[in-house]
Amino acid sequence: MENKLEAKNVNVFYGEFQALNNINMKFKENAVTALIGPSGCGKSTFLRLFNRMNDYVDSFRMEGEILVDGNGIYTKDVLVDELRKGIGMVFQKPNPFPKSIFENVAYGLKIQGIKNKAVLKNKVRKALQQAALWDEVKNDLDKSALELSGGQQQRVCIARALAVEPSIILMDEPTSALDPIATAKVEELIHELKKDYTIIIVTHNMQQASRISDYTAFFYMGDLIEHNKTDIIFTNPEHERTQNYITGRFG
Amino acid sequence: MTRGQINRLKDKAFAYFGVFCTLIGLVILAFFIGNIFYDGITRIDWDFLTNLPSRKAEKAGILTAWAGSIWIVIFTFLIVVPLGVAAGIYLEEYGEKSKLSELLEVNISNLAGVPSVIYGLLGLEIFGRLFGMGNSILAGSATLALLVLPIVIVATREALKAVPPSIRAASYGLGATKWQTVWHQVLPASFGGILTGVILAISRAVGETAPLIVIGALAYVPFTPSSPMDEFTVLPIQIFNWISRPQHEFSINAAAAIIVLLLITFVMNGIAVYFRNKWQKKINW
Ligand SMILES: Nc1ncnc2c1ncn2[C@@H]1O[C@H](COP(=O)(O)OP(=O)(O)OP(=O)(O)O)[C@@H](O)[C@H]1O
Ligand SMILES: [Mg+2]
Repeated sequence: MENKLEAKNVNVFYGEFQALNNINMKFKENAVTALIGPSGCGKSTFLRLFNRMNDYVDSFRMEGEILVDGNGIYTKDVLVDELRKGIGMVFQKPNPFPKSIFENVAYGLKIQGIKNKAVLKNKVRKALQQAALWDEVKNDLDKSALELSGGQQQRVCIARALAVEPSIILMDEPTSALDPIATAKVEELIHELKKDYTIIIVTHNMQQASRISDYTAFFYMGDLIEHNKTDIIFTNPEHERTQNYITGRFG
Repeated sequence: MTRGQINRLKDKAFAYFGVFCTLIGLVILAFFIGNIFYDGITRIDWDFLTNLPSRKAEKAGILTAWAGSIWIVIFTFLIVVPLGVAAGIYLEEYGEKSKLSELLEVNISNLAGVPSVIYGLLGLEIFGRLFGMGNSILAGSATLALLVLPIVIVATREALKAVPPSIRAASYGLGATKWQTVWHQVLPASFGGILTGVILAISRAVGETAPLIVIGALAYVPFTPSSPMDEFTVLPIQIFNWISRPQHEFSINAAAAIIVLLLITFVMNGIAVYFRNKWQKKINW
């Protein structure tokens, strides 16, 4: 398996504050990697490096390199919007557009210039099915997405990211707003998607990390403490900090 | 008295004080409107609305004045909306934060406080003379557009600011460009707020007198405009003209014209509120 993503000597600053310290990490293609660690350790910051979403934070500054398919994405000639078409993102809080369910899921396709109604319909349905939402909303696709429950909204957001068929998916605690049944559906989905997608998922749920991920990375106060196969992290971690964290003794 | 009783008393006292303050404004307004209606309502009839101006008070009508006002409103709207909204979008979404942009920001707010006569002089010089528009509807509209531009810019920025950043993030995250994000997500979501600002601006413009007098709008225009290059008068100027005459009949005419002006403003606001509510029902964060 190839390295799909790579971070090389990455330092991140918000103004004076250093949020990530010299991170080096490689992500295998078609695998799920879980990022774990206590609140504020830099997981979201790290995740957002890969689709350059930190660019909108005024005080953000980065040193080092982020490679996608071997190419640096923080060089001048990179077209950020093109980059993002291949990298889907699901955010920590559900953030559907104030539009219909259909429009939400179709948006990514429409901005790529796809206008054909039949094609749109098909892709929207497929994405909603993948996100385990189709059966609940198939009769009111014209309803505003804001009228859905929080968990349903999050699945709209997942469907929205899947509809454009990216090759990488970044998920920031995608199930923190979901009930156990919806969570199970999303986990099942992640398992399915692994065949074709490279997935990075931030989670505070240790069981979830151990259930769905192939690799796990443990962050602590801006440092990458340990990165290994998930079963090794959870059964035989190298560092005591990791051990303490996954067994719930701190964090 | 216990502390709780004192606090409840304070609460009550403030409530009464608030009612009093609100009433002062309402009573004055009611008195003013009542007075105007008492003087003018019987003067309003079909002839009054459709007659040309005249030196005889009982034959004079406001056709040219309200027609002029409508022309002015339409062209002011056409000029100020694209300019103001585009400037607001630029400042809020595109412009980088810098000392220069801060300076610009303060000045835009300050512009809203510049006396309207000054805008009239500016319009006279630039639109009237330099661009050769003379004392036409276009010159008047351009001047008024300038006058209310800050209102539209500020309202647009406020409305854009109210759109949650997470919506922009979602759009960018899918690979949308800045323009796609603004056009497809941010603008529709802020439409209600922008519309409110535009209506406020137009309501202000429709009541303005001084700058139009400065650029040379006439009190006596014996024809209704048929193109934006025509000379014109507007309701406030007609009112001003009538008020300043000694004969009582003319002040009755003025009162009647004020009622018409109030109605126009009222209807415009009503339409705006209707659209805004309709729009905002769809968007509820
Ligand atoms: N926009 C910002 N401006 C300044 N500092 C920030 C910003 N975003 C994050 N930080 C800081 O960077 C550090 C890492 O934040 P980050 O959001 O990446 O943490 P996290 O691991 O995702 O936490 P959580 O599990 O609570 O989501 C925190 O100390 C935070 O205060
Ligand atoms: Mg986070």
